[in-house]
Amino acid sequence: MNVTPPLFYALLVEDELADAHLVKAAFIENHILADLQHVVDGCEALEYLRREGPRFANAPRPDLILLDLNMPRMDGRKFLAALKQDPQLCNIPVVVLTTSDVERDVIASYNLGAAGYVTKPMDVVQFMAVIRDLGDYWFALVRLPENRKFRE
Amino acid sequence: MNENRPLRLLLVEDEPGDARLMDLAMQKNGYVVELYGASDGHEALRFLRREGQRFSRAPRPDMVLLDLKMPGLGGLEFLSAMKQDPQLRAIPAVIISTSALEADVCGSYQSGAAGFVPKPNDINEFVAAIHKLGEYWFKLVRLPENPE
Repeated sequence: MNVTPPLFYALLVEDELADAHLVKAAFIENHILADLQHVVDGCEALEYLRREGPRFANAPRPDLILLDLNMPRMDGRKFLAALKQDPQLCNIPVVVLTTSDVERDVIASYNLGAAGYVTKPMDVVQFMAVIRDLGDYWFALVRLPENRKFRE
Repeated sequence: MNENRPLRLLLVEDEPGDARLMDLAMQKNGYVVELYGASDGHEALRFLRREGQRFSRAPRPDMVLLDLKMPGLGGLEFLSAMKQDPQLRAIPAVIISTSALEADVCGSYQSGAAGFVPKPNDINEFVAAIHKLGEYWFKLVRLPENPE
């Protein structure tokens, strides 16, 4: 059987496993043609993106990053700042996906270079719709940087 | 975001026809927005910084929609200047362009764009593209508060 590579890769940075499962389920439910990889905090996300250690030696470069804000070790704000200062990584769009609705977090995220701030709904049906609209924008409407060369 | 007023958008676009098309697309999609125009990057920066008599009362936009190819200050140069300005950098800027060049796409994200939307030539496709853009930026996403 031929296995076609996914059209897109997305990286989810999220410490809550239940939330990560929900995002994965929403990708499948909405038929989003993106392979979703998952790491649990900012440190692990940077290791993934820089392909550090045997676990991430072949990690595919993501087209889009979905980022939680409140995480242990390295939180979303510190991760976003580090990513946007890295010339190799700064062109990957990052969407903040969080339960925080504090205005301070919103403005800080955009100041650090976030390409959207989405508040996670508690309701599962609404959550599915959020991921659908997010996918419609990033994987159906906009053109993303060509990452194929990084994956060869 | 202030729920009591329409979103304010700054469209940076040198073609008046394209600016009218944007206005039409917003209306067709039922998006109630205040659309402001600047014809190149220099004018857009003056608008955002409220420079000169013409822009002394310019409102701060919630979002910037931006063409790439313009006379004067082009889209990427404008975007870099805007994203380096601590007063302006939080405003999301989305590129809408007919360019198919990978260097333009990559350069846009590198300069801080929050999306690169290929501009369709067909009017219906353009309206549909603005629908997807609006569902994300006007409905899904939370924008920074902008009481001005």
